[in-house]
Amino acid sequence: MANYKLDITKEHCPMTFVKTKIELSKLKSGDTLEVLLTDGEPLENVPRSSTEQGFKVLSINEANVKGTHTVVFQK
Amino acid sequence: MDFTEVQIQRYSRHILLQDVGVEGQEKINNGKVLIVGAGGLGAPIALYLAAAGVGTIGIIDGDVVDLSNLQRQVIHFTPDVNKPKVISSKEKINMINSDVKVITYYKLLTAENALEIIQNYDFVVDGTDNFPVKFLINDACVIAKKPFSHGGILRFDGQTLTYVPGSACYRCLFHSPPPPNVVPTCSQAGVLGAIAGMLGTIQAAEVLKYLTGVGDLLTNRILTFNAKTMEFRTIKTKHNDYCPVCGSHPTVTGLIDYEQAVCEIESLRKNK
Repeated sequence: MANYKLDITKEHCPMTFVKTKIELSKLKSGDTLEVLLTDGEPLENVPRSSTEQGFKVLSINEANVKGTHTVVFQK
Repeated sequence: MDFTEVQIQRYSRHILLQDVGVEGQEKINNGKVLIVGAGGLGAPIALYLAAAGVGTIGIIDGDVVDLSNLQRQVIHFTPDVNKPKVISSKEKINMINSDVKVITYYKLLTAENALEIIQNYDFVVDGTDNFPVKFLINDACVIAKKPFSHGGILRFDGQTLTYVPGSACYRCLFHSPPPPNVVPTCSQAGVLGAIAGMLGTIQAAEVLKYLTGVGDLLTNRILTFNAKTMEFRTIKTKHNDYCPVCGSHPTVTGLIDYEQAVCEIESLRKNK
């Protein structure tokens, strides 16, 4: 289980990554954050931007609601 | 501090920057910056620092808005003519960003009040139009070990440098003020309005870099540009051991109110 959870399915670019980044900034080394996001732009950009800024993507899985995914990041 | 939804939206473009992020924005929100002069340089400096969310902005200026200021002092609007510049500035800052606490000083910076005023701030920005105060800011900041940004513009030219304790100061390069009336000021020689924005925004960027710790400051360098050729030069400088204020045997150990050019004093009297 991830330490932290975040739902950004109601956000639009760039607030999707802004919200993710704010949560990521709270992580300590080794902590994980599970982000629920919609397919399309957020699924393409949020993992990429997070990786660019030094976070690891542990997993990307389809979520229960159609058209959404959960992405687990680790610091 | 935890940002509110509104603050997250407002500062999102800073938060997105890898080098700034949440932490950097918090540093900006906790920053205290004194702007000396609410004129051509002070205007863009104040506007950008307010927009960036600098927590406390002090503004010192003893002048009122004159119609002839509006060509470049973009923080003042036509209905502000005859209003103290510090009040006009505060009103605009509050409209841009109510997160910012504004402290106004409707007076000139002098040898008597400089140290007391600057001690309350993390960083000082020189937005003045005359040599006596530029040297006063330099000396006060060197003595108080306070970082500052020097800026000056005239006609089509601008120059700026950043000082942090230990780096080359303004006096390391320019020993003492030129005699009064030898170098014309903006009010005598004219200035292209937009270069106030060019230089002031460079100074504002230096402030934000200092507060966030991002990048390399314009220390031990002086940047000059000429808007006619649009050429920018950065000249390396270094700490001068014979500097009258920060050298190993300083002769300037207290603050000095140098003589102002006659026309400047006249214009100040006129506006009082």
